Amino acid sequence: MSLHQTTTMTEAELRIFIGIVQHYFEQQTGCPAEMGTPFLGDPNVLPVFDFTGVIGISGNRRGCVYFTAPSEMLRQILVHGGESDVSRENLADLAGEISNTISGNARRAFGHEFMISVPIVVTGREQSISLPESVKAYVMPFRWREQDAALVVSVV
Amino acid sequence: MKKLLIVDDSNIIRSKIARCLGKYGLEIAGMASNGQEALTQFKATRCDLVTMDLTMPHMDGIECIRALREIDAHVRILVVSALADKATAILALKEGAQGFLCKPFTESDLTEAIGELTSDDDND
Repeated sequence: MSLHQTTTMTEAELRIFIGIVQHYFEQQTGCPAEMGTPFLGDPNVLPVFDFTGVIGISGNRRGCVYFTAPSEMLRQILVHGGESDVSRENLADLAGEISNTISGNARRAFGHEFMISVPIVVTGREQSISLPESVKAYVMPFRWREQDAALVVSVV
Repeated sequence: MKKLLIVDDSNIIRSKIARCLGKYGLEIAGMASNGQEALTQFKATRCDLVTMDLTMPHMDGIECIRALREIDAHVRILVVSALADKATAILALKEGAQGFLCKPFTESDLTEAIGELTSDDDND
């Protein structure tokens, strides 16, 4: 399948990712994430917070999924989970692990041919995530304990 | 006391499993961040139990399970993975794992899964 094909995510497929994010925060912290309205992102101005975990997708679909969050959100999740080491290494590790968990859980709906890579973590808000302009990037913003974060899905 | 090897490429997941199962009464005999490290540590420690991630660099969990089975036919392996599709769980069990726990998980999910894995031993 070529990245130039027009096949894109359906609303039902986007809802799968929204449900996974909601389940993650509810189960891991007891505090649900407040999901905002998903929108089609401008490939040149995609949201990037302090830590971004990027997962490459291959197999029956192609593209990437990334989770991006501020340091304080990640720190609070670690502390809530009983982790006392809130070093930058562990914040980065958590961003990667959340992106891996969300993408891996999506296989329940997309099947085992929805292949996911190990996470790559990008650090810093000044970074930008470059995605192919031919593939639509859907931004799913959310708030958790008054902090903004986002999941971005760019998959054909 | 049963010895446990924790295999996961995430430091915070290794730490979470160690905290939880240490309290549960297992000896944390080793931790590894990929399949190759796991095999080296397993040969040195001969653990009774292994928690095994699947998506890891260098050597993934399925390949590591196969290799572990060649070394030790009796070690109990619990897969702890985000890969939530049935085909992956079936493959892991076919290759020699005895249990499958999907991430994200709570402490009670983990202790319950380990309890099921060791219940046969307790009944011996």
